Amino acid sequence: MDNHSPIGTTNKKGQVITDARKMMFEAPRTPSFFTGSEVIKEAVRRANVDLMIAYPITPQSEAAALCGELFAEGYVKEYFRGESEFAVMSQCAGAAFGGARVFTTTAGPGTMRAMENFPMWAGARLPIQMIVTCRGINSPLSIQPDTLEISYLLQTGMLVWHAETAQDFYDWILRGYMVAEEPDVHLPLALCCDGFFVTHTKDVVNLTPVDMCLPPYDPYRSPVPCMDMECPPVRMMRDPFVMKSNYISYATHASWQQEVWAAVERSRKHTIAWIDGLIETENTDADVLIVSSGTAVSQGREAIRLLADEGIRVGLVKIKSLRPWPWQEIREATKNAKHIIVPEFNVVGWMAREIKASIPDSDRVVSGPRVGGGMTMPPEIIVSEIKNALGIRNAALAGRGS
Amino acid sequence: MSKERIKIAPEFYEIMPPEYQDLVNRATYGNDSRGWKDIGTSKELIEEHSLCAGCPESMAFRYILASLPNPEDTVMVGSTGCTSLVFPHVAVHNIHSLFGNQNAIASGLKRALTVRFPGRIKDVVVLAGDGATVDIGLDMTLQAWFRQEKFTTICFDNELYANTGGQESGLMQKGFVAKMAPVGKQFEKVRLPEIARESGCHYVVNCTVSKPSLVEKVIRNAVHVAREIGPTYLQLYTPCILEIGKNSMEGLQEMRDSEKPTERFAYKEYISEPAKQLLAEIAAKEKEKKAAAKEQLAAQA
Repeated sequence: MDNHSPIGTTNKKGQVITDARKMMFEAPRTPSFFTGSEVIKEAVRRANVDLMIAYPITPQSEAAALCGELFAEGYVKEYFRGESEFAVMSQCAGAAFGGARVFTTTAGPGTMRAMENFPMWAGARLPIQMIVTCRGINSPLSIQPDTLEISYLLQTGMLVWHAETAQDFYDWILRGYMVAEEPDVHLPLALCCDGFFVTHTKDVVNLTPVDMCLPPYDPYRSPVPCMDMECPPVRMMRDPFVMKSNYISYATHASWQQEVWAAVERSRKHTIAWIDGLIETENTDADVLIVSSGTAVSQGREAIRLLADEGIRVGLVKIKSLRPWPWQEIREATKNAKHIIVPEFNVVGWMAREIKASIPDSDRVVSGPRVGGGMTMPPEIIVSEIKNALGIRNAALAGRGS
Repeated sequence: MSKERIKIAPEFYEIMPPEYQDLVNRATYGNDSRGWKDIGTSKELIEEHSLCAGCPESMAFRYILASLPNPEDTVMVGSTGCTSLVFPHVAVHNIHSLFGNQNAIASGLKRALTVRFPGRIKDVVVLAGDGATVDIGLDMTLQAWFRQEKFTTICFDNELYANTGGQESGLMQKGFVAKMAPVGKQFEKVRLPEIARESGCHYVVNCTVSKPSLVEKVIRNAVHVAREIGPTYLQLYTPCILEIGKNSMEGLQEMRDSEKPTERFAYKEYISEPAKQLLAEIAAKEKEKKAAAKEQLAAQA
């Protein structure tokens, strides 16, 4: 194993391999006006990615293609288009088994098609980063933003973060590798955003210097052997896990599943350090709190502004990490709230369920407003939900004219 | 992997399992002329297996592992099925991930190893059953070939789903009555070797594993061609004696019966022009080496 630190050396593109903390927290930032897709490209440019595998599906296609340009320019060492999301996620697994830092992107039906891979990634302890630009998954066809797919990812053993803005996205792609690759974590990360709202809108994003990149991934810090025949090929088990009627096999499998979730728990300390806490809060002493993740938080901010004009004070909790789930932080932040409003871009209200399961007096939680299938969430409907909760008479937002 | 990597520190020698001591002392890693003849005189890369007594797949495993030209730098990819019961006993890094995605795993793996070890040989060999290769994984099998991924795909063709109890598969013969084919299979055995050729494989062989020398030849050729030129495909008949009503001692005869010139496993091969050239060069080099060794021996005498 090579013990020489690569920090301070230069890669083929002239980027200086930089200590990740220095790069993320101390290096000067340049404001740039980019779409979310372009921001993904700029983050990957600085992430020292070995291999990216792409597949077209709206709304992530642009980002996936832009990363192809990085391959052509030499920033990403290997890149190709796979044949389906199921295949792509398996190809990502193969590359990660072989010791590469891997990046991919997907969305909606693609996430669902690939789903079988995700518990396998977690079980095999592959620190792959997957961007999920959420979109509708139910029939009839929709390409519009909808976060239902995130709820499926929550049970896979992957780390799941939900970005609100392009700036979150930029920082978390780079920081995400640092958390996911920790030896006591070593798990895949699904970094989610709401499609179109983040991917296709332009925003000012403060970028780190283009001539700095993250240190390379070291596969020999993995808690499981890298499949490259560079360490002894010991016989891994006397009896394979699937051998029938073998208590030890069952027990091994069960304890390994527990270990995967223990690794999710162990990621808390790293996640808190790298993304400055699992949640962000504003005015949690208010009687009413909006609690959500993704762009539902942005709409919540607008609702808070509208209500402030009417003299109604509302606080905010932005949940950044969904796995690990910040249940303690949420309990603490909501302890004074009488009404907890959970706006969501999906029909089932999975976020509200998670919150209800985490706090005392869960009847304080209002699961809504919920919009699905790509509908927008005007701040007025959040305002309306809050006024309903407070027993304030609401003007009808839409009606039959009566 | 250098052989140094598997050496045991003297302080720990005694506490290492005898299988591992054996692997360090008597395995054939790094031996250029390794082959099926080493079986019985050296440490095999398969410790033991959990297949049925007399299973032809177990013979195939032993011959293949004895024949890999470069096991110290070979990573194998398996799939779900009887083979996945064997891989944990194999002294070559190997990956099981899901059912049917083996050629996708191998595509990512091969590319990652190429990025990480420029200028070094890292062979990738897929070994999966016919359900994984032809039914559930056909898309990924073919797409890897279309993309000219440089690894070998071996299909253990037992013409049914053996591990789940003998259900119909795409490589089953037409008319065969099996579970999920209660009135006999309604369509012909899928002609994957021909499809492999049309899909861009440079070396394709359809045969049984009745002859270890033949298995050795086709494995070496397939790995060398995949390493230098592009995808290769071996379809090996490894009958499931259990599901076709045979006894432990009858597997070999079943293979011999099925490889007769008119039968479905009569030896067939396809070699692309670049692969022919490569194999000729390798054969010439080996001939030269043998002649030199002979001369040296004569000089010594």
